[in-house]
Amino acid sequence: MNAQSMIQMIDVRKRFGAQEVLKGVNLSIFEGKTTVIVGESGQGKSLIIKHILGLMKPTSGKVLVNGKDINTISRKGLKEIRANFGVLFQHAALFDSMTVFENVALPLRERTKASEEEIRNKVAEMLTLMDLEGSGEKYPAQISGGMKKRVGLARALVLNPKIVFFDEPTTGLDIAKSNEIYRVFFRTQTKLGYTSVIVSHDVPKIFKLADYVALLYNGVIQDCLSPEDFQTSENPVIREFVEKTMGHIYESERMEG
Amino acid sequence: MIRILNTVGELTLYYVNQAGRMGIFLAFVVFNIIKLPYYKISHVIKQIYIIGTLSVFVIVFTGAFTGMVLALQGYNTLSKFGSEGLIGSVVALSLIRELGPVLAALMVTGRAGSAICAEIGIMRISEQIDALECMAIDPHKYIMAPKFIAALASVPLLTAVFNVVGIFGGYIVGVKLMGANEGAFFTSMYRDVEFADISMGFIKSVCFGLLIVWICAAKGYYVHMERSGGFGAEGVSRVTTSAVVLSSVSILVLDYIITSLLI
Repeated sequence: MNAQSMIQMIDVRKRFGAQEVLKGVNLSIFEGKTTVIVGESGQGKSLIIKHILGLMKPTSGKVLVNGKDINTISRKGLKEIRANFGVLFQHAALFDSMTVFENVALPLRERTKASEEEIRNKVAEMLTLMDLEGSGEKYPAQISGGMKKRVGLARALVLNPKIVFFDEPTTGLDIAKSNEIYRVFFRTQTKLGYTSVIVSHDVPKIFKLADYVALLYNGVIQDCLSPEDFQTSENPVIREFVEKTMGHIYESERMEG
Repeated sequence: MIRILNTVGELTLYYVNQAGRMGIFLAFVVFNIIKLPYYKISHVIKQIYIIGTLSVFVIVFTGAFTGMVLALQGYNTLSKFGSEGLIGSVVALSLIRELGPVLAALMVTGRAGSAICAEIGIMRISEQIDALECMAIDPHKYIMAPKFIAALASVPLLTAVFNVVGIFGGYIVGVKLMGANEGAFFTSMYRDVEFADISMGFIKSVCFGLLIVWICAAKGYYVHMERSGGFGAEGVSRVTTSAVVLSSVSILVLDYIITSLLI
């Protein structure tokens, strides 16, 4: 067990009726690093995030955040853990009866004692960081999908969380828009220095952001490696995934000598 | 045979489970209402506006017609015995003890209860409630507590409005239209309505207020756990219908229970 790991999933299994989706997931998330969970659609990648967030309880196994099992912890303890979390949901999950401004301001209003002026300044700063100036008074239904994700990101980051979860941050966006999200991600992580967990199937682009890449296949994390090691892994499942998503990789050492 | 047993067992478990989680839900909300830091007063005022103020029109309307029809029926029946003078107390007592709380609660269920259920149900299926929880904002405190307080404050007040307007409607029909004696109308009312009647009506309206917001909010909150499949717009519409039906039936059952206890 690594002392640095902030989050550990130990043999997590999740069963829905007769179907077992997670079949013993073991995963460590390290502090200050970006861990990307990849895998084909329908493998249960988002489920992993939901288990770490405590939104779902595993059928068996443990999820430890900072050494505490979030399924046996008190509600208060869970709240304290979640106070360090920022989450960007797959569909952004913005509060649709509130404006963009109110959405981003909500964590500040409910969780801090900030004055109205401080809130306004902080929200304006976040919106600028996300290239969303001038959209504050709009409602989520009035903005595009990419903007929604950026608002979701602004809301997730407004309280300077220690760990940020991204559930498919670029799904459904075109290449330009997804590059924009990656840029924003890169900018904010450099600035705020959070640990991040990204669920994505945007391979290979996502490798550029990753410190570690974990492949979920058949309900098990096959391996969690650096992007370079991942791409040259000998594990047949990883090899197949890499070849399927990135094409055959030319490796001079192996092929020529 | 085994299949029947299976189904019965499954249904029983489901309903026991549902009853249990609704109980826990209520306990959490009550706990969060009491616990510091308090909910924001601006949220409560907004909910009082939605549940209370916006229901005033429909309450006035139904109240007036209920009082009017009571006077009409009462006058025709009482005149057979030559006791039209009692029309005031008949109208006032029926409204204050029974019809006011029940009908006002049914109207609030239809107008505000369904809205509460649908709103929370949509928040649930679009992950907004998950988002709140992940922001370490307790939905019981942030969403539910203001709604519960607003319902507990609004329903008794709406019932009072219903009663007053109903009595006035009864007065118009009984005295002005049918020609009952005005003095007798009010004297019989003052003489026969006691404090116990008013407190019975008040207790009922508070209980009904709690019942409406509890059932409607909990149904919406647990839309994803519905047995018939709580997914998407259809799941929300189904759960809203069942919340309104369950609230309405429960109001009538609870009405009988409270009446039998207090009479």
